[in-house]
Amino acid sequence: MSVHDTLLHRLKRGCETMAYPKGPAPALPDRHGGALKVETAKCTAGCSACVTVCPTEAIARPTGKPVALDLGRCIFCAECVKVCPTKAITQTNDHRMAVRRREDLVLGDTAKEQVRLAQALDEKLRRLFGRSLKLRQVSAAGCNACEADTNVLGTIGWDLGRFGIQFVASPRHADGLLITGPVSKNMELALKKTYAALPEPRIVIALGACAIAGGPFIGHPQHHNGASGLVPVDLFIPGCPPHPLTILDGLLRLLGKLEERR
Amino acid sequence: MRRDTPFTLLTNGAALSWADVSEWPLAEFLRNVNAELDRGERLISFFGVPEGDALRLVAVLAFDAGNTLAVGRSQPFTGSFQALTRTHAQAHLFEREIWEQHGVVPENHPWLKPVRKDHGAGPAVGDFFRVDGREVHEVAVGPVHAGIIEPGHFRFQCAGEEVLHLEIALGYQHRGVEEAIAGGPHHSTVYQMETVAGDTTIAHATAYANTLEALAGTEAPLRAQWLRAVALELERLANHTGDLGALAGDVAFLPTASACGKIRGDFLNLTALLCGNRFGRGLVRPGGCPLDGDAERLGRLRERLETALAEVQQAAAWLWDAASVRTRFEFTGQLGAKQAAAIGLVGPAARACGLVRDVRFDHPAGWYRFAQVPVSVWPDGDVFARARVRWLEIQRSGDFLREQLDAVPEGETMSPLPALAPNSLAVALVEGWRGEVCHVALTGADGRLRRYKITDPSFHNWTGLALALRGQAISDFPLCNKSFNLSYCGFDL
Ligand code: SF4
Repeated sequence: MSVHDTLLHRLKRGCETMAYPKGPAPALPDRHGGALKVETAKCTAGCSACVTVCPTEAIARPTGKPVALDLGRCIFCAECVKVCPTKAITQTNDHRMAVRRREDLVLGDTAKEQVRLAQALDEKLRRLFGRSLKLRQVSAAGCNACEADTNVLGTIGWDLGRFGIQFVASPRHADGLLITGPVSKNMELALKKTYAALPEPRIVIALGACAIAGGPFIGHPQHHNGASGLVPVDLFIPGCPPHPLTILDGLLRLLGKLEERR
Repeated sequence: MRRDTPFTLLTNGAALSWADVSEWPLAEFLRNVNAELDRGERLISFFGVPEGDALRLVAVLAFDAGNTLAVGRSQPFTGSFQALTRTHAQAHLFEREIWEQHGVVPENHPWLKPVRKDHGAGPAVGDFFRVDGREVHEVAVGPVHAGIIEPGHFRFQCAGEEVLHLEIALGYQHRGVEEAIAGGPHHSTVYQMETVAGDTTIAHATAYANTLEALAGTEAPLRAQWLRAVALELERLANHTGDLGALAGDVAFLPTASACGKIRGDFLNLTALLCGNRFGRGLVRPGGCPLDGDAERLGRLRERLETALAEVQQAAAWLWDAASVRTRFEFTGQLGAKQAAAIGLVGPAARACGLVRDVRFDHPAGWYRFAQVPVSVWPDGDVFARARVRWLEIQRSGDFLREQLDAVPEGETMSPLPALAPNSLAVALVEGWRGEVCHVALTGADGRLRRYKITDPSFHNWTGLALALRGQAISDFPLCNKSFNLSYCGFDL
């Protein structure tokens, strides 16, 4: 094969970057399910079927109170959806679920049936980072799935670079930190040092159930149940791992690059 | 099958009574293990089982040529034992681990230091092997790396550009996986097994399911075994394709790097077509596979698979055709077959040194008893060979999937899991995309898991990377590292 053939093949393939966000978002796999929705009005009294099947204690129903589902702890196994007799917990097929405040991931109460999606950074930070956001990634006991699906955003299909977002090789070059994993005790020091090495102003993104709350390993003594206890987090992106589309949505939302709000 | 061994024999995915496992006084146990390793058998798991204040050692061996596994145990002891590492390097990490987990000392171990635990300076960090000399300098890299990569620490001893010695210190990813299973299986265990190494979800979940099914005296329905094999090969396709792309990227050959990055995602999406998750979460459960695919879904899978395979074929053709790639791949990071065998290398890295070892072939379990995948081997032991073996495996996994999707077995995909037999031991091996995933489960009198030992292929293979670096330019580290592409969390557990 000559160089010309190679070039010709590439030309024939054309541009492979998806149209989103200008065009429509690609569909999630039909069995993915997307974000969950909780309608406590549908719950029958005394039922706690969902609470018992949840592997990460993401669902609670204190006596006399409505069911509360913490999407930050959720690993999206959908066991609760299957077991709920009244369809109070359902899948929305919506890929959007990143939030700015931890409490916005707790669903249940009235007006909190679904996640309150992330607001953009304030004007000043948006002016700073809106056109160029350099991130340093710290994996702190992530299982390499969150890492892999962040990496995928760099491929030609997603092309994160077109939004000015880039992962850099030194914290000194970075505007923010993207953390995966529950933060093992063994990574605590490295994480703190990396954070300290970022010039201010800086932002922190917690990606995946592990980084938000401990994930499948929630409650184990070998880690910190997520990053929040160690560094201030500005964006939470739920999932195990979050679909690349969910991650991209979160990043763009933070930078105020998506029009619709909820 | 070999009969001339004092060890208790069993096959992959089988269970036996703990009382039936051959037992000897410590010294005799060590002599017996040593004798089998002398004959060229492989140590696939070696761990301690506490008995009150004392400890028992358990060794699981693979007799690859005889398609059999063998297990033996020592009588309980306290204090120390003579290290096997002195004669068989493949035991070195296992013995460090036993020391770290149980406090018994492997005497005369040449390099006894932590595997995962933090002793003040950072996990597994401490005294590094130092090379002295006026021109010698040391390079330290990590734990945080320049990219989106798991953490680990690399310490190089260099003379100029040349690496004289590399020591790899891991443990940063330690989540306490094995401790968490004790007393289980718990409700959360299967979810944790899926994330032992998140890019190897199917292999680890299948190994876990196989041990439980063996202990429960049952088997998953055939169609579930079939689904697991399909998912396992999809996992291999995605990761091997990603690796080819990453290797191309590391030698600045962008056409293949770009194309493979995308095609890798296409393969992941095929797994998502089956279960909704790109990494196969929720696909495998003890007792079977909860999500089936109807003819329409499997038809779509078949169609999209064909497209992705054609694309990867094209991307690989560019790669193999480029002289600039070949000159960078050839003779870089070479590892000899003898050395590879001595350290117990597994998976594509071992096959790239000419070693014919593949669980699917040597110890077939599940669907691989009915459908075979040829073993892909390349003799040279360099980056080229490791890339080449991946490419051969992509083609063979592709052929396997085509064949399987054209003849789908019928039936159920889930069956109930009876209670686990008490006081029993089960071993399950699965050939994950990085190599041999080994799970050993031991139940107590109550039928709960008393000890669960996981060996990710990376546990064997990190040493291979360290050796491959000797005599290399340090600038070739990223390329060599990528050619192994090992798991940090799978090692750290
Ligand atoms: S959230 Fe899930 S996918 Fe992400 S690192 Fe944790 S276990 Fe892995």
